[in-house]
Amino acid sequence: MIQGIGVTDFFIISTLMFFIGVYGFITRKNLITILIAIELILNAVAINFVIINKYLYPEGLHGQIFSIFIIAVAAAEVAIAIAIVIDFYRTNKSVNVDESEMMKY
Amino acid sequence: MFYILATVIVVFSFLAVTSRKVMRATVYLLFVLLATAGLYFIIDYNFMAGIQLIVYAGGIVALIVFAVMLTEKIGDKIESPSNMQMILAGLISIAGAGVTISVLLGHDFKQSTQNIGQNVATIGENLLNYGKDGYVLPFEVVSILLLASMIAAIVVAKRKFEN
Repeated sequence: MIQGIGVTDFFIISTLMFFIGVYGFITRKNLITILIAIELILNAVAINFVIINKYLYPEGLHGQIFSIFIIAVAAAEVAIAIAIVIDFYRTNKSVNVDESEMMKY
Repeated sequence: MFYILATVIVVFSFLAVTSRKVMRATVYLLFVLLATAGLYFIIDYNFMAGIQLIVYAGGIVALIVFAVMLTEKIGDKIESPSNMQMILAGLISIAGAGVTISVLLGHDFKQSTQNIGQNVATIGENLLNYGKDGYVLPFEVVSILLLASMIAAIVVAKRKFEN
């Protein structure tokens, strides 16, 4: 526990990180950079779980264990997303979302 | 120390979503994830920091770097979004962050004064415990999810093409 730094400071950091991720998710055109924005969002959520565990309910472990599950799900998601991106690049020679319409054919 | 990490997180996450070279964006993401591990270290959650370093900073960033190398020409700049889109997305994000931060500042959190150290053994016991405070069900679900995603990644990436 650090002196003078409360739970709100950590929450403000993770809020800023989350909304920067949302900004990137909306503006980016390249599939890999969209994936990076999603990673920022997931990481912000994991920070929130850990901080709530530490500062509000330190007698339990629920926040940490759910953060571990979030990290596992993020790893699975990135593996699948990168397989899809590589496949998409092989058929399309580009990783631009505007062309991802062809994935349904 | 906290303020250094906070500045690193905010600045590099902004660079990660605005940089026009994909490889640089990936490196900025790596810095953000390392600074997050630093946050876990300063609140004494060493096990979480270790997981963050191994899985996020080690595994996920390496996967993204491979994807970048397989799909992009390094040094190519990606097109920047139109001004209209940037302004709209910026307004949405700033509005969302403003609302959330104002609610956070107005709420009175009942911070616990206990400072309980965590040990890894308790986390391991809870993960495999099926009684009270046990998490064996989500643990098994995540293991099935990882297996399924591994198979799916192999199947999707090794698809044969007619041409």
